[in-house]
Amino acid sequence: MSTSSSTPSLVHKDYEGGKLGMWLFLFTEILLFGGLFILYSAYRARYPLEFHEGGQHLNAVIGIANTLILLTSSLTVAISLTALQKGERRRSLLCLAATIVLGLGFLVNKYIEWSGEISHGLYPNSPLMAQRPQGDQIFFGLYYTMTGLHGLHVIAGIIALSVMLGFVLRHKVTRTDFNKLENAGLYWHLVDVIWIFLLPLFYLAA
Amino acid sequence: MGHETHVHIVPYRVFVRVWLLLLVLTGILVATSTLWHEALSVWAMLIVTPLKAGLVLFYFMHLNYEKPYLRALVFLTLGVLTLFIGILFFDILDR
Repeated sequence: MSTSSSTPSLVHKDYEGGKLGMWLFLFTEILLFGGLFILYSAYRARYPLEFHEGGQHLNAVIGIANTLILLTSSLTVAISLTALQKGERRRSLLCLAATIVLGLGFLVNKYIEWSGEISHGLYPNSPLMAQRPQGDQIFFGLYYTMTGLHGLHVIAGIIALSVMLGFVLRHKVTRTDFNKLENAGLYWHLVDVIWIFLLPLFYLAA
Repeated sequence: MGHETHVHIVPYRVFVRVWLLLLVLTGILVATSTLWHEALSVWAMLIVTPLKAGLVLFYFMHLNYEKPYLRALVFLTLGVLTLFIGILFFDILDR
């Protein structure tokens, strides 16, 4: 290490290691949701009619709309990284902001969807739910658990991307040092992948 | 960063094409789910859904441009999950 005051202090950056670490974290996320998918499969095999019927109570239009929102937000965050790497900082910032807005739109839809279902008495342990067959109760229990856990990931992703927006604005994430944005993007894409599986399992199940 | 050896900048047009393909696949999935033919819609789901996830993993998440060891790790993880789902169904079908 140089002690000369004229040379800037060297900060060790391990790009490869940073990315590998993010992927290892994503593997734990895949297995977390994977466990829930296994639970879903087991109960669906046991209560096929109830799961089929339960899906009819869900709002497929909102489910499909949210799919289009997440797919588009994956596109914008991917473009944001390419733009930064090409030195098109303005485009990168715009795409990052668009991703955050789309993520918020997803949550607004989720709020409308859940309020509708809860107002119809379709929530775990509700008086209406207690009278329904056990397979129905399990379907809605899994629905709220899995889409709720996914929703928390969307919130975490929006926070991570907002921090990245601040970093790009303050030149802490740049054309040559973009690992943080890439990792936040990877997280956002995984949230998209999980939703890709949730759509057919719940909304198109009917 | 003096050693950015293999950073692959993916062109915009690749992402836009993948996005369009994802929209088409979603359309196919939704269309088949409204059909009366149950077996067809189940098969469409089993084929189209992993295909969509694969497109996101390989292009949006750059897996196509990563080193082989990283791809191997992803397949190992997904393989373990698939194995457990398989074991579960052996158990369920036996009951």
